[in-house]
Amino acid sequence: MTHFFISSGVIILLLMFVVLYRVVKGPTPLDRILGVNVIGTKTMVLIVLIGTLYERVEMFVDIALTYALLNFIASLAAARFFQRHKKIHLEEEERGEGAAC
Amino acid sequence: MFITVTFILLFILWVLFSGKFDLFHLSLGAISCAMVAAFCGKLLFQDKSRHLGGRLAEAGRFLRYLAWLLIQIVQANFHVIGLALSGRRLRRDLDPHIFHFKTVLRHDFSKFVLANSITLTPGTVTIRIHGDTLYIHAISKKAAGDLAEDSISEMERRVGHIFERHNLCFIADKDNQA
Amino acid sequence: MLDILVIIFMVMGLFFFFGTTVGIVRFPDFYTRTHAAGKGDTLSVMLMLFGLALYNLHHLSPATLLVSGKIVIICVVVFIASPTATHAIMDAGYEAKVRHWSRPGAPKDPQDNSGEKQ
Repeated sequence: MTHFFISSGVIILLLMFVVLYRVVKGPTPLDRILGVNVIGTKTMVLIVLIGTLYERVEMFVDIALTYALLNFIASLAAARFFQRHKKIHLEEEERGEGAAC
Repeated sequence: MFITVTFILLFILWVLFSGKFDLFHLSLGAISCAMVAAFCGKLLFQDKSRHLGGRLAEAGRFLRYLAWLLIQIVQANFHVIGLALSGRRLRRDLDPHIFHFKTVLRHDFSKFVLANSITLTPGTVTIRIHGDTLYIHAISKKAAGDLAEDSISEMERRVGHIFERHNLCFIADKDNQA
Repeated sequence: MLDILVIIFMVMGLFFFFGTTVGIVRFPDFYTRTHAAGKGDTLSVMLMLFGLALYNLHHLSPATLLVSGKIVIICVVVFIASPTATHAIMDAGYEAKVRHWSRPGAPKDPQDNSGEKQ
């Protein structure tokens, strides 16, 4: 089972790098927030997975729960922030438009 | 009465999270849960008119609804995967548009459940709730389904049957079923 | 027996996460990417955590039951929080008038009022 958990952890990590492409590329800040949100939820799974591997799940589960709540609040706050700052957002959108598709 | 229910729920959560059953930790939990329940016990239940038995029945119906929702979520995921992996067909199948419709649901909580359910079902995401109006983004015309029509959609009917049995729109409906 | 169940859950979770990732990278505009993220994220996290909670029940005792209960609570939190975060991000995009991708050559939809302020 250990091999299976290690390999699934590695697969999650690789897929997180693929999502990181969207975070780096943009084109709008909201795309980046979306990517960070997805990476955050997968990090939470990874934390529980690491806990299972080290056989200390009871400790890692609390960290994962806190991480889930923090991730939720962080994406809410970031989304609200960009809702207020329309101007910054629009400029970014126009610049990144050519690379959008 | 609602403060007591809040206290019990919070205390169950405390015991689950702490995992220690000695007197010291339990009394700490009881004190802090009592404080939180005294301060914010009125926040958890918005509608004070209904009784506990009705709420339990609601929870039971809600669980049955969750089972139906889970099937919808799996379908939604296969839909997204099918679209994502579909090569050149991707651009042809996508026809995103935004529409809005008025819901007959009244309470905030049932609107919240409806909005979250719409997000989790194939092809549609709720953008915002503005009073009675829900703004929906649909990935294609077909995915919008019966949400885009004027009549009450299937999901709305299901949510209404859980939480708003005395709502006028659903009473007539219930007679039809019986 | 339990191991097989755990492996099925985990592999299904990984598969759905793969679909989400491909969707996020390939879909043409912000709104459609949100579709992929909002749906795939919820189900894949729930499946993987459920698999791990099952694996945790290998040695059945009150302590492991408690830990599995906590993992299930994380599932519930994700189930409520993930669609809500999706709304918030999508709402911010709608408010900021993010450009809306439409099929090349498609007729203008009369109901489509993304660009206008309501």
